[in-house]
Parts: sequence; C-alpha cells; structure tokens
Amino acid sequence: MKNTISERIADFLKNYPPFNTMEVEQLEQLSIEVTIIHKETNTVVFSQGEGPHENFYVVNKGAVALSKAGSSQILDICDEGDVFGLRPLLANESYKLEAKAYEETILYAIPIKDFKPLALENKRIGNFLIESFASNTGNPYSIKHRGKLYGEGSDSNQYSSDKMLELQPVKYSTKLITCKEGTQIKTIANKMTEHNVGCMLVVREDLPVGIITDKDIRKKVATGLYPITASAQSIMSSPIITYPKGLTLAQSQMAMMKSDISHLVLTEDGTTDTKVAGILSKHDIMVAVGNNPAVLLRAIKRASNAKRLRGIRHGIMNLLQGYLEQNIPLGLVSKIISELNDASTKQVVKIALSKMENEPSVKFTWLSMGSQGRGEQLLNTDQDNAIIFEDVPEENLEATRAYFLKLGERTSKMLNTIGFEYCPADMMASNRSWCHSLSEWKDVTRHWIHNPGPDEILLSSIFFDYNVTFGDKALADDLSQSIFDNVQGYPLFFTHLASGALQNPSPSGFFRDFLVEQDGEHKDFFDLKLRALMPIIDAARVLILSHSIKSINNTAERYEKLAELEPNNKELYLACSYASKALLKFRTRQGLLHNDSGRYIALDKLNKEEKIKLKRTFKTVKEIQSLIEVRFQVKNLLR
Amino acid sequence: MWPFSKKRPLELPDFWWAYQEHFKEKLPEEVHENIFVVLDTETTGFSLTRDRMLCIGALKLLDNNIAVKESLEVYIQQEHYDSESAEIHGILKKSKKNTITELDALKQFLEYAKNYVLVGHHVMFDVNMINAALTRNGLPKLKNRTLDTESLYIRTLLISSVVHKKERYSLDDLAKKFSISRKDRHTALGDAFITAIAFLRTIEKLKPKKLKDLLG
Repeated sequence: MKNTISERIADFLKNYPPFNTMEVEQLEQLSIEVTIIHKETNTVVFSQGEGPHENFYVVNKGAVALSKAGSSQILDICDEGDVFGLRPLLANESYKLEAKAYEETILYAIPIKDFKPLALENKRIGNFLIESFASNTGNPYSIKHRGKLYGEGSDSNQYSSDKMLELQPVKYSTKLITCKEGTQIKTIANKMTEHNVGCMLVVREDLPVGIITDKDIRKKVATGLYPITASAQSIMSSPIITYPKGLTLAQSQMAMMKSDISHLVLTEDGTTDTKVAGILSKHDIMVAVGNNPAVLLRAIKRASNAKRLRGIRHGIMNLLQGYLEQNIPLGLVSKIISELNDASTKQVVKIALSKMENEPSVKFTWLSMGSQGRGEQLLNTDQDNAIIFEDVPEENLEATRAYFLKLGERTSKMLNTIGFEYCPADMMASNRSWCHSLSEWKDVTRHWIHNPGPDEILLSSIFFDYNVTFGDKALADDLSQSIFDNVQGYPLFFTHLASGALQNPSPSGFFRDFLVEQDGEHKDFFDLKLRALMPIIDAARVLILSHSIKSINNTAERYEKLAELEPNNKELYLACSYASKALLKFRTRQGLLHNDSGRYIALDKLNKEEKIKLKRTFKTVKEIQSLIEVRFQVKNLLR
Repeated sequence: MWPFSKKRPLELPDFWWAYQEHFKEKLPEEVHENIFVVLDTETTGFSLTRDRMLCIGALKLLDNNIAVKESLEVYIQQEHYDSESAEIHGILKKSKKNTITELDALKQFLEYAKNYVLVGHHVMFDVNMINAALTRNGLPKLKNRTLDTESLYIRTLLISSVVHKKERYSLDDLAKKFSISRKDRHTALGDAFITAIAFLRTIEKLKPKKLKDLLG
C-alpha cells in the first residue's frame, strides 16, 4: 500500500539515474520498501571490509564522504541523488571504502532483494550499472563510485584524490558559447563578457571551424588591426586543433604545452568532422590539479547557484587541511580562507539579490559579524549577519524593511545550504532586530552604549566586530563614527565591555588543571571557545575600541596594532597575538579532525605536547585579563 | 477481576486488553533502543467535543531509521463535517480515499502504538483528540508516554535573555529551521514525517543517553 511518504520518495528518486528509467508502478513498489535513515555528522554508514548490507543507499539530503579507512583523505563526496554502496551488493563482496556522513544526512536505504529483480528485468537499469562499474576496473576509486553516467558529472569539480590523478579523464565544460563566422567582434566580446568566459567557439553547421580567445581580441582588435565591426572569421584561429573527449588530465596538459594554446576543443571522435563535445581551458586543468585559492575564488564568482557554491566550499576545506598539514603560518591561512568565505557570502547575497522581484529602492550594506567579521572564521561556523539600509521617509520604513528582511531570509537560507549553520541566537539579517535603517542602528547602538547591561554588552561585543561584506561601505563608516562619538562621551561603557571580557573564568583552575565543563552535552570537555578564545578576543575588542580604531577586526592584527600604539606593553600584546593565532589553529585542527566547529576538546585525546602548548597560551590569557581589569577599573563596577 | 476500574470493565473489547497488556513491559532505558511512534492527526477543527479526526498518520522511529512500510495512514468516515477546515486539509467528506470507522481507526492505532512513546508537534492536541474519540467509543484514555517536539526544540535554544525567544514554534518554523521540505504539510503522515525529522535533529542537539533524560 503506497502512502504519503512512499509517494514522496518515488517523487524524489524519479529524478536520478538509474531510477529515472523505471516504470512509475515499479518505482512506487520499490519506494514502499525503503527505510529512511537519519545520520548525524561523522557517523559511519558502512566501514571498509564490512560485509555487504541488505540495502544500498541514495542520499536524499546532506552529503556522505567516501574514504579509505584510516586516511583522512576523502575520495568522493556523494550528495543529493547520488547512489552509493551498490556495487559490493551486486558483486557480493565486502565494502572497499568507508562511508561516513559528512554532514547531517538523510539516506534512503533500498533493499537489494527488491531492486535486483527490477535491474535484471529493465535493460536500461542494467546498462546504467554496467556503464558505471565497468570503467572502474583500472581504478577502483575513480569518480565512478558515484554511479553517474559517463560525462554527466561535469558540473561538479570533485576529482577523486587518487594518486593517479593524471590518468583520470579530464572534466570539461559542456556549456558551449558559440558564434557564427559572420558574427561581429563587438557582439562576440559582449557575449564573452556576459558569460564570463575567455574564449568563444566559431561553428558552421554545428561543426567547429575556429576559436577566438581573449588574446585574439587583445592582439588583433585592441591594437587597431581590425575594427570591432569586423567579422569573427577575420580574427579567429583556424583550423582548430581538436582532441577526442576521453582525454586524460596528463594528455590534455601535454596537448596544451605542445601547441602552446590555452583552450582545447574536444569533439566526439577527435576530428573537426564531428560535433563539439566541450571546451577545456587551462583553468579547468588548474581546478583539477590543485585547489588553488585564485582558482577557487574565480569559481566562486562564477557560481550561479547555492549547490555549485557548496561544491566549491568542499574544495576550500581541502585547501585548509592542506595548509595546516604543511604548517603554513596561520596569519596567512586565515587571510586566504576568510577572503574565500567572504567571497562566498558576497556571491550568495548577489544571487539572492538577483532573485528578488525588484531592485532595492535604497542603498544597503550587508554586514558580517562575529568571527566572520573578524576574519577568523576558518571552519564553517555559524552565520552572524546584519543589514543597514539608507534612511527612508517614515511611511516607507516598514515596506523597505520587509524587502530587506526577505533578502536576509533568502540569503541566510542559501548560506545554510552551502554550509554555514544558522545562528542559534538568531542574530541574522532575517531577524527584524538585525535589519535596521542607518538612523535606527544609531539609536540601537546608542542605547547599548548608554545602558550597558549584560545583554547589551553581549550584543555590542558581537555587533562591534562587523565588517562590510556587500554593498555600500559609507553606511557602515557613518555608523562606526556615530559609535565612537557615543563611547567617547560615555567612557564607562569601556568598563562594562571590559567586565564582559572578564566574565569567563580563566582557563586553568586550581593546581593548573584544565577547567572542564561540569554538565550538559559537553560534560568533561574543554570549551576552547568560551574559556580561551573569547577572553582574548573580547580583550582585543575593548582595547582597540578605546583607541577609536574600527578598521581592524582581526584579533591577531588588533594586538599587533596595540603593540605599536603602546610600546610599553608590546611584549604582552605580541604574546596575545601569537596566542590568538595558536588557539585558532588549535580549534581549526580539532574541527577538521571531527568535522565540527572544533569548539569542544576532549582533553584525554590530546598528547602531552599539545597540552603544554595549550597551557602556555592560558598564561597569556590570564595576563591580558588582569591588564584590562586594572585599566578599565572593572573592580569599581558594582556587580 | 479489576477492582480499580469502575466503568464497564468487562465490556471493553479484546484489542483494548491487548493494548493494555503491552504496558506491563518496561520501556528500554537507552534512547536508541526505543521505538518512538511519531503521529499527527488531521481534524475538522480544534474543539475536543465538536470536532472529529479526519485522518491519523503515524510512523515508527527506531535508532534513526524509519521503515516506510511500517507507517500507518488511516482515513476516518465523517458524520460531523466542517467545510472550512476540510479546505485546509484537502480531505473532503466523500473523498476517494478508503475510509474506515472511527472505532476501526482507533483499533488500528492502538495495535500500532502499543506501549511506545508517542511523539508529536503539540502532541497533547493529538492525544486529546484521540482520547475524545476513545471516550466516544466507550474506551479508556491512552496510556502512552508523550514527547512534544516544540518543547524539545525550545530546550535546544540558547539559554540567554538576549535571545528574544518566541512563545510558540509551529511545525512550519521547525521545518524551516531544519530545512525540511514542507511539500506534504497538512497530510497527517506528511506532517508526521516532518515531525520525525525535526525530532531527530532536536535530539541530536540534546544528545540524551537515557530515555528518562528525554522524558524529563
């Protein structure tokens, strides 16, 4: 008996191979047999060497990472609609890889005993299985584990990280931008700009006859050799060099070097007499060979939907892991990663904006707050953001706010899709308390400064690390100026802000043991964020604000600036700068290890060296806490 | 035989005794060994006396797994009928779905629910609705323990006065928070499914080890 849930499952499966080839009734039958499994982050679906389960799996939501046991390297990530764990069941052998939930995941487990008869009966399913597994023989860990048909996966840039990368078939773009021989150069240049591509294929009756690249336009048009009204034919490179579409990475690199060209045209059989299958650029190869920040940044800017961005963010995480393994200075790492995070957010706002029914009626600024605002967000942590919009007449205020709230809601939903968790305290632009006009923001911050209760201090400490991610910077500068004017007139605010920085007890307790959490979910874990990072971050904020500096948000950089401003405390400040970097690195490592935010640390899992390192930073935390306690006379505050 | 039950003890049907029998067994202590019955009812309205159940949807949750085959979806024949809310739920009085009598629906539900913990969004509404139907049919009330996903969700929120906690969280709010598709909203089993996922996401945050931590 089908029911609402099985209908929903059938509805989902019918979009993905091999289920898309099944009859409606067959699919409905199969869906009733499904078990829906919810997997928490980092829980194992099956482990390497384990005997085959009774089910294979389809990802409904979330993502599953496939890897070799004992290696942190992820060979493949399966996301929505991907099939995995099927081959061992058909071949009746144990699992060759380990499958782990990469994030919170919902799986459909499909019993093999119900699927197999269908597969035998339906020739198209059989073909799918043969195509997706046959190519594995040479390389059992190739991309084909995903179970996608050859050539279909070109929108994802996930290569398997096998050592024999060079021998994998290269991925190329199949979205071709073409023109005719008679097309005007101006039209071509416009089209290339619009699609943000570096080359354009010239075709005659679907067959490739020439290619025009940025270089041709620079060399032949911008120099005045040809007018922009000339035809494509006059400047194209022709005849073109073509290759068959099954090219491996190594082959394509060789081909580019040999002919000294940056784009390869791939056709069905490798000659110019067959249709073009795709174009391969140096950029595609760079994406494949290494996760390089410049390439990732460009990929982010080109991404037109959240799903694509999510794929890129997996790349960013790999990059981060690589940097930490190579011990690259954290200052540099955090700059690059924050830059990439910032670019992703900016792109998301851009996409959300383009999907709104109409343009915003006034200027606005998208602010990132908290760790992202400070440029310290290495892992995918919570999103904290806010919107400032230009002042509007009273009667338009609510309509304008409604527009920006909607923008905020869409953006934060998309950010969530690509991996930024919602803020548990709802400090997001989709919340009306974080979406104000400029003068409202001035009122709100003035209120915080003049009435510094614990809540107001907490709010200011999150908000005052804001950084402009998108939109008009002038609005934010105006607000910063207003904040400084207010605090200068009300210095007691610093005392309160400093006391806020002191409310978390310093990290080591009696006998210099670690203070661990006493109860709750994280009992006996050490809360790295609350006990070590927060005090040092909070202290930096109050000190730098007391010097009226808003342009620096990063904690380590704030301390460096402070060292410059107060030479007599130089040593302590530099120690703080070092400690903040060390702690952040520690947190990031822990986070990558456990695929979480890295906030809680199981002390018994640390080795001696790590413990000593951690304790050393605590000494610094204690010293900076006593400095602000004295400077801002926190003791005088009635508490 | 049953000195404590005054009202017509011997007239109760067998399925009730079978249901009652299950409560002699204790529930397993560990959360992951427990079967949770996640349920939702569609009703003609909110009045316990005037309104009736149109449909009961329920599914079983064991250690993060939901077997689709083992879900319950029953549509109930209607005498009482309110055109306004029928519009919301899209279940018309004479719909094409196979309907059964209220008593049969209750019987199926009791056989399904056994002594398992009932989970629902605003679960007491559903439980009271079922209890009202039980009373109408001369049966005692449900004996199951219950868990409400709204109160569980509120337990996951930060404990801070800064956060302007909302008083109420609808199933829509939770679906939005946990990005669960709301396509099947307002079908009993569809809502039960959304509730089940919200429940799983919530207990992942709370991480209770023992059942008693959840029941509080």
